[in-house]
Amino acid sequence: MNILVFAETDDKKIKSTSLEAVAYAHAMGGNVTAIVLGTADKASLESLGKYGAKKVLHASNAKLDHAIVQAYSAVITKAMQDENADVLVLANSSLGTPVAAKVAIRTGAGLVSNVVDLPDTSSGFSVKRSIYTGKAFSVVDVSTGKKVIAIKKNAAELKEVGGSAQVVDYPVELPDTDFNAKITSTEKATGEILLPEANIVVSGGRGMKGPEHWGILEELAKELHAATGCSKPVSDMNWRPHHEHVGQTGVKVAPQLYIAIGISGAIQHLAGVNSSKCIVVINKDPEAPFFKAADYGIVGDAFDVVPKLTAAIKAGK
Amino acid sequence: MKILVCISCVPDTTSRINFIDNNTKFDTSGVQFIIGPYDDYALARAVELKDANAGSTVTVLNVGLADTEPIIRKALAIGADDAIRVNADPTDSFFVASQIAENAKGFDLILMGRESIDFNSGVVHAMVGEMLGLPSFSPVMKLDIDGTNVKMAREIEGGKELLEAKLPLVAGCQEPIAEWKIPNMRGIMSARTKPLKVVEPKGVTSPVKLKKFELPAPKGAVKMIPADNVADLVKLLKNEAKVL
Ligand SMILES: Cc1cc2nc3c(=O)[nH]c(=O)nc-3n(C[C@H](O)[C@H](O)[C@H](O)COP(=O)(O)OP(=O)(O)OC[C@H]3O[C@@H](n4cnc5c(N)ncnc54)[C@H](O)[C@@H]3O)c2cc1C
Ligand SMILES: Nc1ncnc2c1ncn2[C@@H]1O[C@H](COP(=O)(O)O)[C@@H](O)[C@H]1O
Repeated sequence: MNILVFAETDDKKIKSTSLEAVAYAHAMGGNVTAIVLGTADKASLESLGKYGAKKVLHASNAKLDHAIVQAYSAVITKAMQDENADVLVLANSSLGTPVAAKVAIRTGAGLVSNVVDLPDTSSGFSVKRSIYTGKAFSVVDVSTGKKVIAIKKNAAELKEVGGSAQVVDYPVELPDTDFNAKITSTEKATGEILLPEANIVVSGGRGMKGPEHWGILEELAKELHAATGCSKPVSDMNWRPHHEHVGQTGVKVAPQLYIAIGISGAIQHLAGVNSSKCIVVINKDPEAPFFKAADYGIVGDAFDVVPKLTAAIKAGK
Repeated sequence: MKILVCISCVPDTTSRINFIDNNTKFDTSGVQFIIGPYDDYALARAVELKDANAGSTVTVLNVGLADTEPIIRKALAIGADDAIRVNADPTDSFFVASQIAENAKGFDLILMGRESIDFNSGVVHAMVGEMLGLPSFSPVMKLDIDGTNVKMAREIEGGKELLEAKLPLVAGCQEPIAEWKIPNMRGIMSARTKPLKVVEPKGVTSPVKLKKFELPAPKGAVKMIPADNVADLVKLLKNEAKVL
């Protein structure tokens, strides 16, 4: 089985969710080739080998530095044909998911997005995906020869397998018609850990009382190398930027550890965090519904508990 | 401008999810259905654009069986002019996208939600765009139109990007593109007589097929730690949960 993995970059480095996609493809047991579009660090390209890619196609044309879905889809479709790939694996993201959809239509492949586990190939090809915003799963059979699999974070273990990848230049034709939109500017926090990628998330709710109190969460996050998140009212009131809003109508996270501070645990918030491995809840109300969804809980005032927790983590290092 | 808004009919966000028939069917008992929350943003923006551009119309489209008609009427009450229901069970994204593409020709702007909250695929807009040869963008949090020029803001991981494109196009919407609209009495009255056309689905073979549903394993009991003992929590996270 030939598997092509579309690996995304962030600031010229391969995203950790894309490394997971390579690890997923390797665990499927195929011959894994990764494709990277736009300018990228050489060392980062080579690191794909550590997770199981045998070969890396690098379409380095700087026109691809702006990710236009249409152009990306054309290049990846062509690469699937050139590599005779049976399966395309990529990570669900604001870029990966639409690319998966377009490539699936172009190649006649069966598409499954939001995949949480390796496929079962004992009879045919069936794969498990998350549905109802994390409240359930469905197992679907894919009957087509070609398949496109878009994985959710943690669908595969990020494990180094110790190989090295051969990086080859992949020249592409880029017709102007594929650039059907112009990105006029990108506003992005730099140096920050991206919320959907983070292994630890520190999240605050209305219990934090106001944006001026986020300092204690940021200090905790810094100590843990965590990303910061928030509940919907917090982003609605502009205490925090919208891209930090976690939940049913916001970002769905799946970190190793989710720390919820001053968040009541409404079902719509839980929908965005229920794939976390471990949940810690800090809330002054012992009846807060979030405790029912938590692994560990502390009843207390955030303004008292959070600085203590930061200090305890520092002390424990 | 002719605007099409595609709405999914989904369980209310507070619903408990259960399955019947040996885990092959969604259990609708006690479940209230709503317009997909993201689709509701798309609808609200469509109505605003219609109000701002004289001579525009808003059509809503749903792929669903007859039991979705109350939510289609609600969309009409919010301000859509007419509706199309493709009379079929929306079994998977490819099937839904094929039905939408079949009925979406001739529209200048096709708005959807960023994702349905039952399937959570986030792919129908891109599939429809591909099938119709139109650009598609998602998740769009701002969309302004000037003639055939469209300016959008799209959320990306850790921020947003500003984009320019031309009509016709497809967009998957999310907040804060517009505020959800609540139907008023006049809207509800007029919705009863607005045209709702029922069309039969076109035959397509989907490459994916549901085998079964599963529910997540129940969560173990929460361990409470006294507030004056946070050091214990750090130890547990390290040694028991192994997440630090
Ligand atoms: C269709 C729909 C979609 C939605 N989508 C989302 C979504 O995606 N994400 C989301 O988050 N919400 C969503 N909501 C809103 C959701 O229902 C809740 O209203 C929201 O999550 C509550 O936010 P909160 O917990 O921050 O605030 P509150 O419910 O006000 O809770 C604040 C909590 O802080 C605690 N607290 C107060 N002071 C302190 C203190 N000093 N120390 C410690 N704890 C303290 C309180 O005990 C309380 O539990 C949605 C709602 C709807 C209807
Ligand atoms: N059954 C349906 N009928 C009409 N539109 C739908 C249907 N299902 C999904 N959509 C639209 O497609 C968007 C993306 O859905 P999905 O790809 O399933 O996450 C939704 O937000 C809706 O706007």
